[in-house]
Amino acid sequence: MMENEMKSCRNVNENPCNMCMPMGGIIALKGIAGSMVVLHGSQGCSTYMRRHIAEHFNEPVDVGSSSLNEKGTIYGGAKNLEQALDNVRRVYNPHVIGILTTCLAETIGEDVERFADEYKQKNGLQDFPLVTAPTPGYGQSHDEGYWFTAKRILVCLTETAPKHDRLNIVIPHISPADIREIKRILGLMNIEYTLFPDISDTLDRPHERPYTKMTSNGTALADIKTMSGAAATIQMGVTVEDSFSPGKYLKDTFGVPLYRVPLPIGMAGTDQFMETLQEITGQPMPASLAQERGRLLDGMIDSHKYNFQGRGMIFGEPELVYSITKTCLENGLHPVVAATGSRNARLGELLQPSIADGGEKIHILSETDFCHIKNYGEEAGANIAIGHSGGRYLEERAGIPLVRVGFPIHDRVGGQRLLSVGYTGTMLLLDRITNTLLENKHKSYRKKMFEQFYQAAN
Amino acid sequence: MNVGAVEMLESRQDFIATKGKQKNQIKCDADSIAGCVSQRACVYCGARVVLNPVTDAIHLVHGPIGCASYTWDIRGSLSSGSELYRNSFCTDLKEQDVIFGGGKKLTAAIDELVAKYSPSLLFVYSTCIVGVIGDDLDAICKSATSRHGVEVLPVQSSGFIGNKAAGYRAACDTLLQLIEPTKQIWSKKAGSINYLGDFNLAGEAWIIEEYLREIGIELNVVFTGDSTYAKIKTAPQASLNIMQCAGSMNYLATKMEELYEIPYIRVSFLGLEDTADSLRRIAAALDNVSAAAKAELLISREIAKTKPVIDWYRGKFAGKKAAIYVGGGFKAISLIKQFREIGVEVVMVGTQTGRQEEYDTINELVDEGTVILDDANPAELERFMVSKGANLLVGGVKERPLAYKLGIAFIDHNHDRKHPLSGYVGAINFAEEVYSTLCSPVWNSIRKGDD
Ligand code: SF4
Repeated sequence: MMENEMKSCRNVNENPCNMCMPMGGIIALKGIAGSMVVLHGSQGCSTYMRRHIAEHFNEPVDVGSSSLNEKGTIYGGAKNLEQALDNVRRVYNPHVIGILTTCLAETIGEDVERFADEYKQKNGLQDFPLVTAPTPGYGQSHDEGYWFTAKRILVCLTETAPKHDRLNIVIPHISPADIREIKRILGLMNIEYTLFPDISDTLDRPHERPYTKMTSNGTALADIKTMSGAAATIQMGVTVEDSFSPGKYLKDTFGVPLYRVPLPIGMAGTDQFMETLQEITGQPMPASLAQERGRLLDGMIDSHKYNFQGRGMIFGEPELVYSITKTCLENGLHPVVAATGSRNARLGELLQPSIADGGEKIHILSETDFCHIKNYGEEAGANIAIGHSGGRYLEERAGIPLVRVGFPIHDRVGGQRLLSVGYTGTMLLLDRITNTLLENKHKSYRKKMFEQFYQAAN
Repeated sequence: MNVGAVEMLESRQDFIATKGKQKNQIKCDADSIAGCVSQRACVYCGARVVLNPVTDAIHLVHGPIGCASYTWDIRGSLSSGSELYRNSFCTDLKEQDVIFGGGKKLTAAIDELVAKYSPSLLFVYSTCIVGVIGDDLDAICKSATSRHGVEVLPVQSSGFIGNKAAGYRAACDTLLQLIEPTKQIWSKKAGSINYLGDFNLAGEAWIIEEYLREIGIELNVVFTGDSTYAKIKTAPQASLNIMQCAGSMNYLATKMEELYEIPYIRVSFLGLEDTADSLRRIAAALDNVSAAAKAELLISREIAKTKPVIDWYRGKFAGKKAAIYVGGGFKAISLIKQFREIGVEVVMVGTQTGRQEEYDTINELVDEGTVILDDANPAELERFMVSKGANLLVGGVKERPLAYKLGIAFIDHNHDRKHPLSGYVGAINFAEEVYSTLCSPVWNSIRKGDD
């Protein structure tokens, strides 16, 4: 079977690296304060996604479904969806409801936007914030689902507002710990901001008694409304297509200046974020952050020889893959594969200069699966994998150790607590990578040397 | 906690009963109500659960990527041979396939997979949209079968009502199709049995196989834990079917009785009582005196080993109350009995897809005042666990965080568990797991500062 696995199939996805569009939409909506999500389509979809998200965050993830049945499929699902909204409103009393579609609703041609208007009219809810986002599972991956839904939230909720000093910080799907770190950095810089969408509390809640189904945390509705008047938008999303880009929408519609930066991961990545903040606000970097930066530099030097022995396969959501690939490069760890299950042309374009730098080849794979990732990686002598827990397949089948980062992480606890952004987060991420390389080397080097030099000679 | 704050929906009231209070029966086996945050999965999921443990098959999902992604290798079924079943294969339908049909892609996918893996068997699952776009799975699979000389079997799991039970049935239909074509007249192997409804989670089927071997009974094939194409084909030669997990296998057992004259009995290997009882009944059903005698030896030996351990735990659980929310009625019934064995009172029982007769049994088993509910949602689980003072919940992955947030202990009873719960070793594991969560010191920290 081994050599068979080198062939890869064109019409088959073999061990998926991505999820479906509404999944990402749920994550984005969970970052809005007081929100509840209803999936319009099959009951099973919402159960799958809830399980998938709950297992990663270890948090209750309530998502309603319109539970379409055969009848609804033939005559249209408006009645089911209406009932779903009624029930969700009664039990959860949400301040915002997001309606996402699934494959089934899209296949039978449901128009949720029109439905939402009619529902508001009928129930005298003209001012109730209802967000609609058509997210067919077959359309694109969860990554586009996240960005597209984030943009739809702004399209539905942001209004023209007077100018103010706050910054919009638009972030990709990162861990709650990462979000908290970004907020800490902004706090150290004394910057007022609206961070969007903010799952740092909604999907990583402290233990509280009594338990309440809804939390008041997440990006506040009032803040979303006035993101139009912000001094600028910083969008940590360089791989995002324009048509899905929340920052681009704010710029085109309300004239909010847009700064696109990568995630603040790695020295250069974090520097770029810090420089952007300094440029917009005119404030210097605080001394404490400069110290963190110095420590990262010190740590990078400490580890550089170990990292040089690494040959990485990096996979997951495009934005994270881009930033981690750059971080590997800046530390001398050669990324042999940079891959995403999403269809993303930008990732390749952005990494192209790094390849052209004269280094060794990087296989940049878009819309790919683990079968391909494994084949390319093994061929290129990969010895470390970096990405979500789907990569346990690489660990198990190819013996390549996996550094877990991103979403989902189902076979370890603490995915929500993994810190990888900022100077301090980068150091922690780098340590995880370096130590995995060391651990793997120590596991086998005695045996290897023995076989290579002693056994061969005798 | 203000229980009244948890809003209850009127439309859900028929699905909930309190033993001793209501005269009428609980409503079940109905579609989930929209917006009720049902915990149910879909038809495909039900079918996949049943068939996934067939180890040397290619399991190809004809549908969009999400459906495959959420079900990739999430089951803890173990294999003694091929690992092929642990891969996720999917036609990854995209927009143009939905518009123009996915048949061509499916045909090409089958061709590629056959060329690459030369499997003896391919299952092709349909997902919800396949029913709507109208790909003719039967025809495509039939033509692939004759083209490749490999069995390519459709699994008609495209229904989209949130019901796993329909998926169980689709899976059983496919299994019957797999057994059928041999048409070979199987000479019965006297005393050989098939075991239905064990998915070899954490090696559970192996445990039972070993018990049976010890008492001199040969296990022919397990449906479907650690089964293979070749083994399943031999199913008709068995002289008895034993069936656990009635929800998924009832239909298959009845059909096999009709088609191959294999009688069946229900068994359960969860808990000491059920395990002993099942071993005895198997020996009796086979009229095997020697097996009956050996079973007694096995039972008394294992009880001698197990009972003291269980009793020790029992002492620790005095006054504790459990809530149960699981997929099927069979599981719920077994759990009620198991809790009784370890001295834990059951105050709430719910299932996603329990059947009427199972709810009747549950009603008979539980004490007055126990809440019984069908297709519950998180708000109801919360309400009743809190109002009934449950200290422990048994459930699946989605329910775990809710229990923990409420400060309630939790037992994983899903397909992903990594430790066996069957047989005597399973009974000890169960008690140990209950102890590990119910009596954990973390609750002390959490309750610190209370009153
Ligand atoms: S791919 Fe489509 S049908 Fe499958 S889970 Fe996602 S939305 Fe549902």
